[in-house]
Order: sequence, then structure tokens, then C-alpha cells
Amino acid sequence: MPTLTYRDALNQALREEMQRDPDVFLMGEEVGVYQGAYKVSRGLLDEFGPMRVVDTPITELGFAGVGVGAAMVGLRPVVEFMTWNFALLAIDQLVNNAAKMRYMSNGQVGVPAVFRGPGGAALQLAAQHSQAFESYYAHIPGLKVVMPATPSDAKGLLKSAIRDDNPVVFIEGEMLYNVKGEVPEGEHIIPLGKADVKRPGGDVTIVCHSKTVSVALRAAEQLAADQVEAEVLDLRTIRPLDEEAVVSSATRTHRVVVAEEGWPFAGVGAQVVDLIQREAFDELDAPVLRVTGADVPMPYNKQLERAAKVDAGKIVAAVHEVLYK
Amino acid sequence: MTGTAARRARKRVLDPGRADEYRHWLRQMMLIRRFEEKAGEAYSLGKIGGFCHLYIGQEAVAVGSLAALRPDDYITCSYREHGHALARGITPRAVMAELFGKAAGCSGGKGGSMHLFDASLGFLGGHAIVGGHIPLTTGMGFAIKYRNTTQVAVCYFGEAAVNNGAFHEALNMAALWKLPAIYLCENNRYGMGTALERASAIYDISERASSYDMANEVVDGQDVLVMHAAMERAVERARINKHPTLLEVRTYRFMGHSMSDPIHGHYRTREEVEGQRRRDPIGVWSQRLIGEDMLDEAAVKAMDQEVVAEVEDAYQFADEAPDPAPEALWKDVYAADGEQS
Repeated sequence: MPTLTYRDALNQALREEMQRDPDVFLMGEEVGVYQGAYKVSRGLLDEFGPMRVVDTPITELGFAGVGVGAAMVGLRPVVEFMTWNFALLAIDQLVNNAAKMRYMSNGQVGVPAVFRGPGGAALQLAAQHSQAFESYYAHIPGLKVVMPATPSDAKGLLKSAIRDDNPVVFIEGEMLYNVKGEVPEGEHIIPLGKADVKRPGGDVTIVCHSKTVSVALRAAEQLAADQVEAEVLDLRTIRPLDEEAVVSSATRTHRVVVAEEGWPFAGVGAQVVDLIQREAFDELDAPVLRVTGADVPMPYNKQLERAAKVDAGKIVAAVHEVLYK
Repeated sequence: MTGTAARRARKRVLDPGRADEYRHWLRQMMLIRRFEEKAGEAYSLGKIGGFCHLYIGQEAVAVGSLAALRPDDYITCSYREHGHALARGITPRAVMAELFGKAAGCSGGKGGSMHLFDASLGFLGGHAIVGGHIPLTTGMGFAIKYRNTTQVAVCYFGEAAVNNGAFHEALNMAALWKLPAIYLCENNRYGMGTALERASAIYDISERASSYDMANEVVDGQDVLVMHAAMERAVERARINKHPTLLEVRTYRFMGHSMSDPIHGHYRTREEVEGQRRRDPIGVWSQRLIGEDMLDEAAVKAMDQEVVAEVEDAYQFADEAPDPAPEALWKDVYAADGEQS
């Protein structure tokens, strides 16, 4: 199986879907001539031409709305935001138009569009460029929210997202674009709404997604040296949440830690904890703990930034706590 | 108030070969007027909930402009869209039932007054975030260009929406990419209670088109013939030349912003409203047709009786129609699994 970067896996998914379906097109800032701010769209302009790889002005509200409008009449746009930080300017289009069109129209008008781009913190980009917004979008009925953690998942989930008839918020890990992994060639589809056990274990479950998956895997390695077998459960899709996978793992291990890059208040982890206490209360041997980004705007200073982010040490500490070690 | 094109249109003698079409426009305007009066009454009786924005005074805009479109064109509107829905051909029953929140409504009772849809007529919604729907039309224009068809996409919005960033972003891209889109600004002078000159740094909204090198026109929206002629020019520009247009259509709302706003009060005087009412678009057009011997007073009266009966039928239908089934609450949040390709 070929080894690809996360970036090239996304590129392959886009290319294959655009080859498969002439209604699929890509639009956004720097996707064409510049070959993508993060090079995800490299080569696509040459292959598909400017009508299907559309450079837009820096006008997030406007081109997100163009994507919604084109989808309302049957095209399948992939709208790229240079980052999800800038997509806040377009949130009205996603929340009020993309998410609600099908419902308001009594099923007459759908919005089969994908809105994608990098999210989460990179390195020393400070407060306005280092944010995790998945809980914003996952709050909205009508949207799906997908966050791949590996190159293989990136390809398989993006292909599913493009084929989905609903608006999909597809948040890529800004720190993951260079990560390499084996990626199946051709028709590699991963259904939305399915979590994945990235490492099995019987002592504790670490629920995570996107960049925190690799952090959790590092934590699990450290724990293994200490004879603690942690199960790393990658949600992959935030909405619809794979409730069965979460409850099933919690029922097996009886102890759970939920890790995410975002802020703690009303975060994705809060939803996971709510689920576990409702569905697996009698199975728990300890309260479920959360590891999140610090509840502050992201600072620029390297040491302060490190303190604000989730790391393996913080996850290990939380695991020790639920194990009463 | 009107440009040279409008003066030209007014001077033009009506084409006797189009008398049926002219009479149909009058009937449509009268239907909208009577429908809206009835909707206001139903609102007062508590049969219509939420917000209800009436179109009384602006009827010639929807009727004249929509008459210039083809059945396969795309239309999006703001939340003051009962008149557009009726003029496009959604039945009075389906619109009234929607206002009543009934299952037989054109949006199944789940949209209400501000979200009327009929995809089979290309009527792609009333939208209730000021300016938020303008980029949708740019997207529909993009889709038309992408598929290389000869459709056009039309967006109706009020003059208050032009101060919103969505307007600027949408028009810039439409002009940049030469999309077959028409942005029809219904300038009724007030964004809720704020007069145009208290909200916009320039008075002539049409001038904003020059920022995008876009064709534009000021149109007298109280004269259905002038409206229709201007829209025909814009449609040709879009369909044939693939260029967008901004139409600034000057009109006036005879009622308050919504049912909870009095006709006159803090922001406009009784004298102003009464002055504007002297150019009632229905009166202007019926007098014109009578003057050109295409109609007589008795025929106007008969037409009014017909539309009153039609509206009464719609009201009875809506009143007796069942609510949506309880399961409808959960339906159409997402596409059904079977619909996924």
C-alpha cells in the first residue's frame, strides 16, 4: 500500500472525486494558481481548469454563500477556507443557510456541500490563528462535522463527505498535513459517523479526535511502559457521534478520559461525558475526566503556548487519576 | 424619480396584442393585495404566528419583474415574499396554508411566512437574515455558468441589505466572474424604521454598482410596465450577454414593517404615507388599461370579486387544513440515507 502524507491523501480524494463526478468543484482562497495555501489542491487547476478549481477573493462569507447557492441547485461544491479561523466570517452561511435549507423547505432543497480547511493550533500563531471550532458546528442540527486524524482516514472520509447529500464541515488538522501513513489506492471510502479504535486496550479509554489522536497514542505508549493498557478511540466524525462505539469502549474499560484541543466550556468532550453518564453510568469505576486546551486565548510565547495545549503528559496524568494511581 | 428608460416606457403606447398579458398583471397585483389584506386579518385573529411582513404597495415590483422570467430560472427572496411566491405561481392555498403553519403549505408548515419554497418553480426561498441570501444567488449564477445553460438567477432584497457585507461580496464576485445574475433591490425607503438616508452614505443605491463595473438602472417600481421593461433588459443582459445587473427599484410599503409596526408613527408621517398611496401601483395600472380601452370599470370590479373569492377559498382551505404530523418535527434535518449517492 502506498505511503502518502495527509496533504496528498486529501489531494487524492479531491482528484478522484472530481474525476468521478463532473458536478464536484473546488473553490476558495489560493486553491488554483497558488496550488493551495497548504498545497492540498496541488495540480488540480492544471487537470480540471479554472471553472472547476476556482480562486476566490478573500471574502469568506461571500464564497461560502456561493457554495451554498450552487449546492441548492445541484452542484457539489468543495469550499476551502484557508483556515477555520477565517471561516467565522462565513458562519452565518453555514448555520443559517447550509444547515437549515432542507428543513425550512420541507425537504425540497438540500445543500450537498463540503466546507473544509485546517483547524486547531499550529505553532506560535497566537490567539486569532490557533483555535478549535468543531463544537461550534457540531452544535447545529443539519450539519455533519468530520475530523480525520490519519492520511488514510483523511482520504476515506473526504470521499464520503463529498458524496454525502448534507452539508459537511470537514476540519483538517493544521499540524497533520505532513504526517505520513499508508493510504489505500482508488475507491477507499470510510463512512461518516463511525469511530475507530486506533489502539486497543482494556484498562482505560482515551476518547480523542484529530490532532489529539497522535497525542493520545503517545500517552498510551507511556502508559504501556507502566503496565496500563489504554484504548485510543478516535471519534473521526463529531456529528453524528458514534455513540455505540463510545459506550461500548467505556463499558469494556470502565474508565474514560476525553481529550480535545478546544476549550473546555461546552466542548465536544462535554457531549461525550454526557453520553457516557447516561448510557454507561453503572459501568463506570471513576468519574470521566476531560483534558482540553487551557481556557484562555492562545498566547504567542512558546512556553506559554505549550502550557495551553493538550500534551501526552496531561493525558497520562488524567489517566492516572481515573485509575486512582 | 424615474430614469430616461422609464420615461420612454411610459410614453410607449400599449401593445394591443398583449392585452391579455396586461390584464393578467393587474389580476396578479389585485390577488396579492387581497391576499395580504386577508393575511393581515388572519394575523390579528391569531391564525398566523411569528412575524408577518406584508407586501402591500410593492405589488408591481414582483409582478412586473417575474413576468420577464422563464420557468427554469432561479429566484430567491427576502422575508417579505408572499407577493413573489404568488406571482411566480405558488397557489394562494399553498401560500396561505404555509402562513397558517399547515402541512399543505408550500414548505410543509415548517417554514412559515418568511420561508416560502417551491423548488418545482425555481422558487428557492424566502430568507430571513438581511442580506444573507444575496450570495446564494451568486452561487446559482455560478451554477448556471458552470453548466452552460441559458437560465438566470434573480435575488430580491430590500434597500437596507445593501449596507451589509454580503451584498458587496456577492456583487463583486458576480461581476468578477460575469455571472447571469440579477440583483433586484426593492427600495421601499425604510429598513424597518430607519430611512435610507439615515443608513446609507449614498442615496442612489444604483450607484453602488459602479464599484463592481456592473450594469444598473433606477426603476419606477409603482408602474408595472416600467418594471417589466427594465427587467426584460436585465434578463437579456444576463441570458444573452452573461452580465449581472443591479436594479434599484423605487417603491413604497403602504403598511408597517411587520404586523407589529403601525403604518405611520415615529419614523414616517401620515402625510408621507398618504402621498405615496396616491401612486398605488394597482390604481396606476388599472387606470392605464381603462384609458387604453383594454378594460372597463366593470371588468376591474369583476376581477376584484374573482380574486377576493380566490383568497377566501385559500383562507378556508388553510384554516381547515391539518397541522403537520408530529413526526414532521424530526424529518428533513438531514437527507434520508436512501438519498445519499
